[in-house]
Amino acid sequence: MRILKTFKLTIFIMVLILAASVMSAQAAPKQKNIILATTTSTQDTGLLDVLIPIFEKETGYFVKTIAVGSGQAMAMGQKGEADVLLVHSPDAEKKFVDEGFGVNRRLVMHNDFVIVGAGSDEAKIKNTKSAAGAFKLIAVAEVLFVSRGDNSGTHSQEKKLWKAAGINPEGQKWYQQTGLGMGQTLNVAAEKKGYTLADRGTYLAMKKNLGMDILLEGDAALLNIYHVMEVNIAKWPKVNVEGAKAFADFMVSKKTQTIIKSFGLDKYGSPLFFPDAGKKVEDLGK
Amino acid sequence: MELIFQGIIKAFELIVSFDSEVLGITWLSLKVSGIATFISLFIGVSIGTAVALTNFWGKRLVISLINTGMGLPPVVVGLFVTIMIWRNGPLGFMEILYTPYAMIIAQAIIATPIVMGISLAAIQNLPSNLRLQILSLGASRLQMVWVLIKEAKLPLLAAVMAGFGGVISEVGASIMVGGNIKGYSRVLTTATVMETGKGNFDIAIALGIILLLLAFLVNLLLTQIQQRQHPR
Amino acid sequence: MKSKTLIKIENIIVERSGVTVLDIGELNVQQGRILALIGPNGAGKSTLLLTLAGLLKPSQGTLYFQELPVDTNVGRAILRRNVAVVFQEPLLLNTSVYKNVAMGLKFRHLSNGEIKRNVENALDYFGIRSLTKRSAKTLSGGEAKRVSLARAFAIKPRLILMDEAFNSLDPPTRETLIDDLRHILEETKITAVLALHDREETLRLAQDVTVMADGKIVQSGTTSQIFNEPDSEFVASFVGTETILEGTVKSKNIGLMDISVAGKTISAVGDFLPGQNVYCCLRPENIIVSKEMPEKISARNVFGAKVQKVIRQGFFYKLLLDCGFPVVAYITMPSCDDLGICEGSVISASFKATAVHVMRRE
Repeated sequence: MRILKTFKLTIFIMVLILAASVMSAQAAPKQKNIILATTTSTQDTGLLDVLIPIFEKETGYFVKTIAVGSGQAMAMGQKGEADVLLVHSPDAEKKFVDEGFGVNRRLVMHNDFVIVGAGSDEAKIKNTKSAAGAFKLIAVAEVLFVSRGDNSGTHSQEKKLWKAAGINPEGQKWYQQTGLGMGQTLNVAAEKKGYTLADRGTYLAMKKNLGMDILLEGDAALLNIYHVMEVNIAKWPKVNVEGAKAFADFMVSKKTQTIIKSFGLDKYGSPLFFPDAGKKVEDLGK
Repeated sequence: MELIFQGIIKAFELIVSFDSEVLGITWLSLKVSGIATFISLFIGVSIGTAVALTNFWGKRLVISLINTGMGLPPVVVGLFVTIMIWRNGPLGFMEILYTPYAMIIAQAIIATPIVMGISLAAIQNLPSNLRLQILSLGASRLQMVWVLIKEAKLPLLAAVMAGFGGVISEVGASIMVGGNIKGYSRVLTTATVMETGKGNFDIAIALGIILLLLAFLVNLLLTQIQQRQHPR
Repeated sequence: MKSKTLIKIENIIVERSGVTVLDIGELNVQQGRILALIGPNGAGKSTLLLTLAGLLKPSQGTLYFQELPVDTNVGRAILRRNVAVVFQEPLLLNTSVYKNVAMGLKFRHLSNGEIKRNVENALDYFGIRSLTKRSAKTLSGGEAKRVSLARAFAIKPRLILMDEAFNSLDPPTRETLIDDLRHILEETKITAVLALHDREETLRLAQDVTVMADGKIVQSGTTSQIFNEPDSEFVASFVGTETILEGTVKSKNIGLMDISVAGKTISAVGDFLPGQNVYCCLRPENIIVSKEMPEKISARNVFGAKVQKVIRQGFFYKLLLDCGFPVVAYITMPSCDDLGICEGSVISASFKATAVHVMRRE
């Protein structure tokens, strides 16, 4: 019995050691941690998987990337639970800054949204040029449209387009909201043969398994613009202000912008994002 | 069907090639859930046994609470833990949100009631006079409890396996408090969800298979201990 | 021979959920002797045993162990170390017989060598050395019982307590076990208190008897006292006095009484005064049955009797007789057949004056 007791004691000590090692894994000094709240599209495309390690190696910071929708990311910023945001929901971002939660809002890159759907194109949106027009056709034909419904940047853009089309899709039978990320929403749309609005980057990354086609693109209203913002330390003193700035600076740095320019080129034949640091929003897409 | 087959092949590839990222994720899953199960073992068995052996006012209420705890939705646990440990929460100063440490805590909270409830039933199921018999042979209270625990080894180990099973497969709380950070707080379950979301079904299935294998191996070991017959 | 008191109980009351289940004014357990507790179910025998074992804390009263009071938790723990309890169920652990018997010794932190010696000793006592390595779960009822007894004896307790130890065994197993136990108790001179169910077990094993009912002691004394001189109807019927008759003392002459029972006269030894209402108790084994006419028999009490009923009772017959008052007698099967006794037979029933136990009747 004594042997068993010793055995148990040993296991207990091992547990403590393991626990300590787990803890020490994050024992890099506290200011070294940066919480980056971003969208699922930047994660799902794999862009951050390339950029973050470079940043961490250069600066020694440890970036905790929390990929949720733009809406939730900004909510985290509002609560001071994130240090820096990389999001793509311009109207909400402006409000965020106006209310004093964010500072140093800088343009990073853009890509565009596309309307995708089954090749059969039941609502015949291929014939239109405007995104809002396409939405109207879908509503009239009452063909299934799958929305993210999660206050993400994509969702906000989609809502803008419905408004421009003069349609209120809420509650309609053909309008389904998943509450999920872009990748999953695309999967649902593909499965159910419906339409959806997606950022080109995620679509391209998933294209081979989806079996969906791009049915409308190029409309200026489909521009998808990414900004980086630092959370205002005046509102939340616990924010890692140096870390946030370091990351934001990194995102707009020349070196990073070059990497963004060629990201996805070899895999998909075209880049997934277009670097825009320093430009003005009005100049985009020209 | 073809997809599942692809997934099996992918799983095989990943395992045989010792893909470092997958190894890292697997090892972290084992560490986090293993430690959480250990914690739940100590707390669950000791409190479960104590409640089973003592009579006190409100005992039945306490037992109901424990039994309810066995069905605690992991996602709800994750939410509450998040609120506790985020920067502005009461435990924010500990700075453990989005760390494996937080995942261990959340998983321990999920597993403990399971282990506690089953231990409680296991000890209660022992013959009622056994306790007196052991005491009458000169055992101290502690010695008696130890003998009872050994005697209930079968159901107690089932309790541990139930606790482990509950947390190795858990994803809601792990994502919330861990953040699924690559190379740091990403475990098999959270990675599976992410890969599914990205549309990489073959990788997702492969990870799922690896998770099942891991769970099977651990339970194989525990079952060996549980079923060992005396005398040798 | 006066032996020392090992345990003494004074005014102990045990309550459970507000109900008094045990109320003992005084009880002495004499060292080296075997005491039987008998009584109907619910009489409090088990509760008393647990109290004697130090496993139950009384609500009131004191227990003295070797003249020192035991009234703290520490005191009770010390008492437990000197006492062993054997319950009705063997309560063995799911491990080997050896480890089961060694359990109490292990708690006392003895060396492995000492443990081995004591365990083997105890196993030998009960003749189960061959079972040493067996798994406890594979034992028969009798074997398991012997293991639980060996386990109790292995720790060499000052006092051994057994609660209805033989109940779950079949008759042949019981027989052998009771014999072996008696020998072991005599040899080791361990003090024992046994809660027993069966008159026969009591007669075979115990030297002292305490009769209980409703949590109280009804009568205490040596075995022969209790069986032959029960002091109440309750005790009398419990110990198997089958004939209990109501009568009144008619006259008394130097220690011999004439008692009027249902119009007839019974002679009995005793000292009650004329006019006193009494019970006359007769044990069936003391009644002699014969075919002779009453006039021809020389015993003091002879009565003509008609056999009402013949009941088969194991290896003999129980005869319900009507002598003008009901009498129960035993007769062996051969005798019954020899005498040609059956229902309706007319016979003589006789018994000595000394066989009549007279009790006061209120």
